[in-house]
Amino acid sequence: MNDRFEIPARLRNTSLALIGVGVLTLICGIACLLMSHNDMDKTRFWAVLLHDSVFFTFITGVSIFVQAAVSLAQGAWLTAYRRVPEAIGANAWIFGTIALIVTLCIVFGFRDSHGVNTIYPWVTPGTDKILLGKKAFLNPTMFVCFSVATVALWGFFGNKFRSYSIAQESAPKNDTKIYWKVFRLSGVFLIVYGLSQMSTIPWLWVMSVQAHWYSTLFSWYNFASAFVSGMSLIMLWVVYLKNQGNLQLVTKEHMHDLGKFMFAFSIFWTYLWFAQYMLIWYANIPDETVYFKLRQHGPYSVIFYANFIINFCMPILILMARPSKRNYFTVTFMAMVIIFGHWLDFFQMIMPGPLGEHWHINWYEIGTFMGFVGILIFTVSRTLTKSSLVQNNSILLKETAVHIA
Amino acid sequence: MAIKKFAVAAYDDEDVLFPAVSKVRRSGYKMHDVYTPFPVHGLDVAMGLKETDLHIAGFIYGLCGTSTAVGFISWIYTIDWKINYGGKPHFSLPAWIPITFELTVLFAAVGMVLTFCYLNQIMPGVKKHVFHPRQSDDLFVLTLELNNHVSEEEAIAFLKSTGAKETSIQMAEESWWYGRWDKKEEYEALNA
Repeated sequence: MNDRFEIPARLRNTSLALIGVGVLTLICGIACLLMSHNDMDKTRFWAVLLHDSVFFTFITGVSIFVQAAVSLAQGAWLTAYRRVPEAIGANAWIFGTIALIVTLCIVFGFRDSHGVNTIYPWVTPGTDKILLGKKAFLNPTMFVCFSVATVALWGFFGNKFRSYSIAQESAPKNDTKIYWKVFRLSGVFLIVYGLSQMSTIPWLWVMSVQAHWYSTLFSWYNFASAFVSGMSLIMLWVVYLKNQGNLQLVTKEHMHDLGKFMFAFSIFWTYLWFAQYMLIWYANIPDETVYFKLRQHGPYSVIFYANFIINFCMPILILMARPSKRNYFTVTFMAMVIIFGHWLDFFQMIMPGPLGEHWHINWYEIGTFMGFVGILIFTVSRTLTKSSLVQNNSILLKETAVHIA
Repeated sequence: MAIKKFAVAAYDDEDVLFPAVSKVRRSGYKMHDVYTPFPVHGLDVAMGLKETDLHIAGFIYGLCGTSTAVGFISWIYTIDWKINYGGKPHFSLPAWIPITFELTVLFAAVGMVLTFCYLNQIMPGVKKHVFHPRQSDDLFVLTLELNNHVSEEEAIAFLKSTGAKETSIQMAEESWWYGRWDKKEEYEALNA
């Protein structure tokens, strides 16, 4: 079965236009914000880049995790459209590299007019006892080691899974050698992912923005947020490719599976969101409540409640029924809503620390987001054209064709 | 709740059962039910059963649980017995969410189990007529409901033509009944 994808001119032009908008925004941002004498403008310039690059790294990294988890569980439901997470995962390193450049610029290059790093305050602890106490972990060396290792390993595994999957096409029929290789590699990747996305990377990249504050389930919360939007991203690509007439093997049963993940992990995200919120609310310790004081009652209350409504109320009410998970319109709509909702979630995790009440969602925030979307569409669609969209010769091909959700 | 006449056919192979079920649906006979020793995939589709509405019932039970919990707890803590817990407001929604969640799940789960039992006519103490003692062992039993206008011989001949191993005509209570197996005759005489 040969199922090639050719990039339609409209998609290519859209992605290039979005990248153009992103580049233009970046240039305007450098001119208006970075060159400004106002500390808040400079902070905004870096904080927005940090927000978007981290968000896109996380949601593309999810695709690698999904492949590894499904390979390890020997599931066949993914095989029908496995080339989609493969293509997204193989490009995770691009966003990882951008995030790496941005975070390292912030750590080593960014200081306000008082010589303080307002985004990562632990870089310039001064005489702050709390920050000095955390110095063993929160220091530039640790930051560089974990960040570089994560991006390198995600890049390696993302491309490795894809190249094995393509190698399987020219392997002898019913040959299981590559299958078990991927199986073993998946186990290794889960350890890597556990030590990066599920623990250290959200601590270093996101939580250390408010370095005084900490939450022990913060990385899980980040993972849940990334996972549900990563699944929505896969869903959007699958729907798009189906509409182009590709992915003949994918039926409503496979869509239903992805829909279930979008639904279930929205609830899982809410569970973690609430677990973090309620314990802090209940204990009412000033060191901890400062985080939610700023978000719930302060200048971010609109985003705080919008976040809850978009990421919990909408998925649970709209995606609960079985027919809505099998309907192309509702799943596409909800996938976009969920991605936007979790973009907002990361916004309210990152912005309050450095920017306080001076937050904006304006030309710069939206333009940067569009630029990243453009890069995502451009790179993933290019990768998708490079091989058949069906994992030919996969030993799970028959099982995936008759799969019932 | 009525004693009715049934034509019963027992099959010993799924591969015979499926064509038989579709033949029955095409023939115009009224199929009562099919009894199998284990869940047979696709049999519900073959029989043309519509998808259950059990999940809608579950959603409604869940809503009942949520409103019961929120209503009851808020009535206690804001009207009936106000207590100051650590300076928190009387109306403290976050603290009630865990109980609300639990009651939602409890109502939905218990309600759905009971509804499931009702829909399938199973409950401790209630009995249902067993058409064939081996329907829970190694035979697939298909039952047709006959009325007075249908010839028994034709129905039996039809079932035999679909590959049935055994056939019979039985008068039996169609739905569940409460009582004892040794008093079954009395019950049936009462309702006949």
